[in-house]
Amino acid sequence: MAQPLVKKDDDRDDEADYSPFLGIEKGAVLQEARVFNDPQLDPRRCSQVITKLLYLLNQGETFTKVEATEVFFAVTKLFQSKDIGLRRMVYVMIKELSPSADEVIIVTSSLMKDMTSKTDMYRANAIRVLCRITDGTLLTQIERYLKQAIVDKNPVVASAALVSGIHLLQTNPEIVKRWSNEVQEAVQSRAALVQFHALALLHQIRQNDRLAVNKLVSSLTKGSVRSPLAQCLLIRYTSQVIRESANTQAADRPFYDFLEGCLRHKAEMVIFEAARAITELNCVTTRELTPAITVLQLFLSSSKPVLRFAAVRTLNKVAMTHPMAVTNCNIDMESLISDQNRSIATLAITTLLKTGNESSVDRLMKQITNFMSDIADEFKIVVVEAIRSLCLKFPLKHRSLMNFLSNILREEGGFDYKKAIVDSIVILIRDIPEAKETGLLHLCEFIEDCEFTYLSTQILHFLGIEGPKTSDPSKYIRYIYNRVHLENATVRAAAVSTLAKFGAMVDTLKPRIFVLLRRCLFDNDDEVRDRATLYLNTLGGDGAVVQTGEDVKEFLFGSLDIPLVNLENSLKNYEPSEESFDIYSVPREVKTQPLAEKKAPGKKPTGLGAPPAGPPSTVDAYEKLLSSIPEFANFGKLFKSSAPVELTEAETEYAVNVVKHIFDGHVVFQYNCTNTIPEQLLENVTVIVDASEAEEFAEVASKPLRSLPYDSPGQTFVAFEKPEGTPAIGKFSNMLRFIVKEVDPSTGEAEDDGVEDEYQLEELEVVAADYILKVGVSNFRNAWESMGADCERIDEYGLGPRESLAEAVNAVIDLLGMQPCEGTEVVPNNSRSHTCLLSGVYIGNVKVLVRLQFGLDGPKDVAMKLAVRSEDESVSDAIHEIVASG
Amino acid sequence: MELCPLIKNILLLDSEGKRIAVKYYSDDWPTNSAKEAFEKAVFTKTQKTNARTEAEITMFDNYIVVYKFVQDLHFFVTGGENENEIILATVLQGFFDAVGLLLRGNEDKKEALENLDLILLCLDEIVDGGVILETDANVIAGKVDSHSMDSGAPLSEQTITQALATAREHLARSLLQ
Repeated sequence: MAQPLVKKDDDRDDEADYSPFLGIEKGAVLQEARVFNDPQLDPRRCSQVITKLLYLLNQGETFTKVEATEVFFAVTKLFQSKDIGLRRMVYVMIKELSPSADEVIIVTSSLMKDMTSKTDMYRANAIRVLCRITDGTLLTQIERYLKQAIVDKNPVVASAALVSGIHLLQTNPEIVKRWSNEVQEAVQSRAALVQFHALALLHQIRQNDRLAVNKLVSSLTKGSVRSPLAQCLLIRYTSQVIRESANTQAADRPFYDFLEGCLRHKAEMVIFEAARAITELNCVTTRELTPAITVLQLFLSSSKPVLRFAAVRTLNKVAMTHPMAVTNCNIDMESLISDQNRSIATLAITTLLKTGNESSVDRLMKQITNFMSDIADEFKIVVVEAIRSLCLKFPLKHRSLMNFLSNILREEGGFDYKKAIVDSIVILIRDIPEAKETGLLHLCEFIEDCEFTYLSTQILHFLGIEGPKTSDPSKYIRYIYNRVHLENATVRAAAVSTLAKFGAMVDTLKPRIFVLLRRCLFDNDDEVRDRATLYLNTLGGDGAVVQTGEDVKEFLFGSLDIPLVNLENSLKNYEPSEESFDIYSVPREVKTQPLAEKKAPGKKPTGLGAPPAGPPSTVDAYEKLLSSIPEFANFGKLFKSSAPVELTEAETEYAVNVVKHIFDGHVVFQYNCTNTIPEQLLENVTVIVDASEAEEFAEVASKPLRSLPYDSPGQTFVAFEKPEGTPAIGKFSNMLRFIVKEVDPSTGEAEDDGVEDEYQLEELEVVAADYILKVGVSNFRNAWESMGADCERIDEYGLGPRESLAEAVNAVIDLLGMQPCEGTEVVPNNSRSHTCLLSGVYIGNVKVLVRLQFGLDGPKDVAMKLAVRSEDESVSDAIHEIVASG
Repeated sequence: MELCPLIKNILLLDSEGKRIAVKYYSDDWPTNSAKEAFEKAVFTKTQKTNARTEAEITMFDNYIVVYKFVQDLHFFVTGGENENEIILATVLQGFFDAVGLLLRGNEDKKEALENLDLILLCLDEIVDGGVILETDANVIAGKVDSHSMDSGAPLSEQTITQALATAREHLARSLLQ
């Protein structure tokens, strides 16, 4: 038996947790490091001490600056020893210590000597260490050796130099770029990994030169790459070239044959890389996809979990854009539902949910039911979300999907999981009117036996809003009133509020509700009693069937139009005195702008948090914000707020984006400004808008921003008047004007004097789509039929040559700014015609439905038939007007 | 850089999730506590799975983690969420097999700690700053396990015991083969 390097203690026992480092202590090891200074070095002992030091570092121990320096100097002494093992440990130790510049000088000469040594291992490692710790000035000195090393006969040395080059390119690009010739030579190396490293470096040197990359790819794809890793790189570079080349026409896509050829490579990593690259091609056609899907399908039944995972994950992504292409794998996918690896099983399920068609939903749900019982909550949440989107896609299937959700809601589960289910049910209730009543009953049943106070209160609140609007509100009362008996005080209070809402909204129920509310007066919690008293008194507790006054409803259930943060601040500042707190003194302006949307672009509005009226919760925020500004208060109801449009490039001094708020007779531009310069304070910030290219608009008001400190966004507004009810369009050019004051970075105080300055912003356009709200309908055909043909307008348009049918469809959708229904915005590959259904609300609250029929006329010319139905024929005409002028 | 396959970290933990040797190549975990939190999360998520015959894989927090266990040793390799899973698995296999070779088949925690220097060198040979250096276990182990003296070293620097140890080692290895 070989003797282990670390000496065993003589008195060690054979306990399982024996460790040679048991009881190791930093101070003692640092003492031990003195052996590095011995005139007669014992390499074995030194190695052990270094191992102990590395062990300490590895366990998260840190050395103080002094300790690190001491160790470093001691370690440098070890270059005297010729023991290879020890030298290797010295190299690792130096890298771990990452010495400072003045310390580096000490080892430079030793390392440079090793770099030119005859021993390959010395050369390779000295290069890696030196390049790790060196700075630019030293680099020029050793450049000559590095260039030699790149073409060294020994592959380890060449790789070391090339990998170091990859790292150095980040800090000293100009030097590394000079090595191009050597690197190019190394690409031809017979050693697999040298080729890989050389290719990686060469590409990085040339990455900004598109032509050179193109040349590199086209010469290498002819087949001189042997290493699988290098081949993977080449595939990545090739797909980048494909992406960047303007020609997206599938027939003559360059390099596709190379990618397809890689599917027959012998290394699995190359096959997979190529398959993945093909699935990610822009506008990939079914014909191009097929071979890639076929190899991925083979991976699905591999014995290796990693291959199954890789394949199912890729197919899952493909299913989002090309569900039809993946259906062939459905059988293999279904067998993966019982895969040991739950990540694989979950991905398989969600893929199946995406590719499933209306007829397979029921069968699939049966399989999932068995699967759900034995996976972790986090996977269940993924499945619930997939089911929610499936239900939105096939609204007719809501019954079985809703049933499934309510079944799993009754089973065991943690808070996040239950919340995901409840959120999904709420969203389905909101978007599928037919599902409303069953959904509400499911929620009622859930709160009968719900252990989460938060969910109970949220559901009660939601019931209070939706319940009274149903055909038979009385059937919910029992569920709600049961809460008053059985729950904790928080839930009881929420239940009382919900009862009161039913009472206020449904006049016939009022007397009976009052009986229930009076019973709550004897509750042992004061909040519950207080609420009951308040509602009884304000709603007119004499028990008569009377209509509740609007102002009472507004007082009790209206939304608080004051930002809660401001209210909280004002209440904190309020000192108890004779004078009572005046709620109107609370500032209504929102200090920080609602950034939530920007920060989390992919985040969907969560079910219970968002108001039930519609998904864009930001509209509410905008509406409050605008109505709080006196200048805009009389503009009426906000019709639509656009998504923010950036008016500056990223990373400029001042970042500005604009939100267009459309009112019936006005348009308000909200400029969200951020000052990214710490040394500046901007004051009196306004935007000077030139509306000379927008004739129908006239500026009526502007609201400057008083001060804009560093990194805290603020808003300034400009309002325009426009002809009422018409979709006036125009172009506006913008100039940011402000007074800039220097800020002392140390104290954070601004100087008194400022200088006036201006900053040019990009132009902004108001387009027809700004006047149409995206509002979907769940059953387009019904809506279309019920709208009737009275105000129908049909016409045909030639759209001229287009890149593809899909591009034409998207262009028209963008132009109209309407909501595509029933997934018709997706154009199947290679189809020659397509029908797209859109719905929306036109300014003036007029519902509009659009049926677009596209057809290819000749090779690329797209023709379109546009049928519009709306409640007002002038609106139907207006839609045609938009398309005709677009 | 973003097109090159990158390794975020390589971990070797014991059967309780404690560190034996770890190496991080990315700034995603700036502090030791962040690293420990990650290791704990990885360990709890994977400990119940059976990754003894084939490497297993999981995904969380936008990382892909491939892993394989033997005795009380748990091997992990982490990559970004868009990384080619099979490349990560190749690195894992290289690390796993190289450690097997270096510990001469006695893969357990005790042996690993007693040969920690070899394991640290092994990590050093597999990945450099996130870039894959070598994936062939034989090559990795070969580069690590060269304890012989520099050919230029004077004989006087070798003590009798050292020379004996080297000889014994060579003998043992030739017998094992």
